[in-house]
Amino acid sequence: MFRLMESRSQAAIDTLRARIRAIEAGARTSRGVLPFGIEAIDEVLPEGGLALGALHEVAGGGAGAIDGAAAALFAAGIVARSPGPVLWCVTRPDLFAPALGQAGLDPDRFIYAEAGDDKTVLACFEEGLRHGGLGGVVAEVARLPTTASRRLQLAAETSGTLGIALRRWRRQTEAADFGQPTAAVTRWRISALPSTALPVPGIGRARWLVELIRCRAGECAEFVLEASDEEGRLAVPADLADRSAASRNGRLRASA
Amino acid sequence: MGASALPPEVPLVLIGRDGRRSVVQAADDAAQRLGLQAGMAATQAHALVPRLRTYEAEPAADASGLDRLALWALKQYSPVVAADPPDGLVIDASGASHLKGGEAAMLVDLTDRLAAAGVRARAAMAGTRGAAHALARYRARPTLVVAGDATGAAVADLPIAALRLSPDLVTGLARMGFERIGELEAQPRAPLALRFGPEVGRRLDQAFGRLFEPITPVAVPERIEARRNFAEPIGAAETIARYIGVLVTDLCFTLENRGLGARRLDLLCHRVDNRIEAVRIGTAKPARDVKRLTRLLGERIETIDPGFGIERMTLSAPIVERLDYRPAATSLSDPALPEVAGLIDTLANRVGADRLYRFAAVESDVPERSIRKIAPLSAPTQGRWPLHWPRPTRLLSPPEAIETLALLPDHPPVHFTWRGIRRRVTRADGPERIHGEWIRSDAEIFAVRDYFQVEDEAGERFWLFRTGDGENPASGSFCWFLHGIFA
Repeated sequence: MFRLMESRSQAAIDTLRARIRAIEAGARTSRGVLPFGIEAIDEVLPEGGLALGALHEVAGGGAGAIDGAAAALFAAGIVARSPGPVLWCVTRPDLFAPALGQAGLDPDRFIYAEAGDDKTVLACFEEGLRHGGLGGVVAEVARLPTTASRRLQLAAETSGTLGIALRRWRRQTEAADFGQPTAAVTRWRISALPSTALPVPGIGRARWLVELIRCRAGECAEFVLEASDEEGRLAVPADLADRSAASRNGRLRASA
Repeated sequence: MGASALPPEVPLVLIGRDGRRSVVQAADDAAQRLGLQAGMAATQAHALVPRLRTYEAEPAADASGLDRLALWALKQYSPVVAADPPDGLVIDASGASHLKGGEAAMLVDLTDRLAAAGVRARAAMAGTRGAAHALARYRARPTLVVAGDATGAAVADLPIAALRLSPDLVTGLARMGFERIGELEAQPRAPLALRFGPEVGRRLDQAFGRLFEPITPVAVPERIEARRNFAEPIGAAETIARYIGVLVTDLCFTLENRGLGARRLDLLCHRVDNRIEAVRIGTAKPARDVKRLTRLLGERIETIDPGFGIERMTLSAPIVERLDYRPAATSLSDPALPEVAGLIDTLANRVGADRLYRFAAVESDVPERSIRKIAPLSAPTQGRWPLHWPRPTRLLSPPEAIETLALLPDHPPVHFTWRGIRRRVTRADGPERIHGEWIRSDAEIFAVRDYFQVEDEAGERFWLFRTGDGENPASGSFCWFLHGIFA
């Protein structure tokens, strides 16, 4: 009985959500989604993937808040899966293109714009999102004011281009800024985890803790993933592959 | 000059006439080393250097050469360029330096290109034409940029001769004991004017920016342009925007008739007070799309200062290329995506064309040299980076020195300290030995770097290297550096 009510109220909530989405979208149509291809992540995201024509935020955790190395590769892996050239706006030009090449990304698709300050980066970001001919735009910014993020989100909605604000700060203390509200649809934090020890001396595939901190019309979640391989695919680590579904259920129950 | 060019070690001077005297007009390096200089009597020069080659000076040819150079600079650098005889160019860089990546970069580019053509030039940029003229001739080594508000201080230290005064005036002032412009500036103006006339005061005011000095741009023959004269001077941003639209439409009509597309557009706004406000935009591919060009120009309206009003606007295309018609869409079902070229132009005009690029692979094992920047719209490249050795997502440039504890010759560090934080290495991979490229320079014949990929306790991964192979001191100093951060 209880279960029946729960499922009925769930259905009602889903209908309401769909209607709210329709109202919010106004004249805009849904641009579809970009699935990750990893069941665990796609299940959590509404409509089964990362919304196209929307702004997403990605930041590194720990020291990654400053260097943003894992976050950059994560963002690159996302935009590389949508067709068309990619615009990458930076203030600090330290992204090393061979690494993107090793993650299976075609360097000919990435166009870099080097701007002097955050303001110019945001302007280029918006310009790229508004244009509509790009597969995605990534901008490395420290501050993302709410107004600016709303403009970016609107620009992304009208053109259908995927936008990723790669948050990257100068100092660890500034990273607290990541809690401030923005108009972004999802917010991710990527931190490095110690990798599995190999039976021989050496380093195995890197492992990330991918946290979905905010997700509009969805729930937060966290995943332990193995970093992009030479074809740009993330993966669920083999030793966790059996356990992740159970742990996800556990969290859902706890939050209900 | 070509094959007829003389070997540079033969002293050479140009002889011209000064009234009834025959004097040296110009002397080359070899001649100057022998003590010859401009202004010396020709007979004296012949007496000092026996095997001197002399040529007749041709002031008219010099002037036309300078005009040609001004035309070149007009296409390359700025819409407002004029010859500054006998030996200079004056360029109004406001509204144009963004295309070359800023003022300093623009001057370096200018002197480098002239040097490549065999012209040794010095260039300075300052708040006023007078100051830039003086600084280029007396301070630039070979380039100098002085901020607008520091112009006065920079000029004050220069000799009087830098003020563009006639030689008689300079001698007269020197006789009175004036050596520096600053000393002259500190004097009461009336006695100076009484003794030397108004010229001294005028040049001082021009150098210090109290008196405006217009630059009349060099006239370009057969330039494609559109212009509008206004009966009433205009000033509002909306009005300027409207007329930009009108001018672009006119210009694009002309371009279309000739089958051309513009690579550069210059908008000159002639103000009622005789100043010219210039805006230059560049495009990555030839374009004659009215909407796009209007938008590119419209974005720079805020840089135009209308002052008391603009009485004439001229839009010209100094660089044009052939542009043929193309089919707009290839398929009915698939609506064509907007071309990226338009976006590239918008961004290039905002951040500078050289700060918009793609990376292409270079065949080099040295990480810093394995990439090169290419224009964003270049054809797809073939080369790819090898996959067998890991490369970090972020590359530090230059590599940062770290303190480590490591066993020689080929063990990874046990721990290292970077930016004040000590990290213990839990896992490591390496070494990847990278040899210096002896093909590039002799200093790299023995140079070696041993790269290690290490992971610390938190799982963060770094790319460290040691200079030297750990055994032979000639291969490097055995210091450790952090070169990159892995994802």
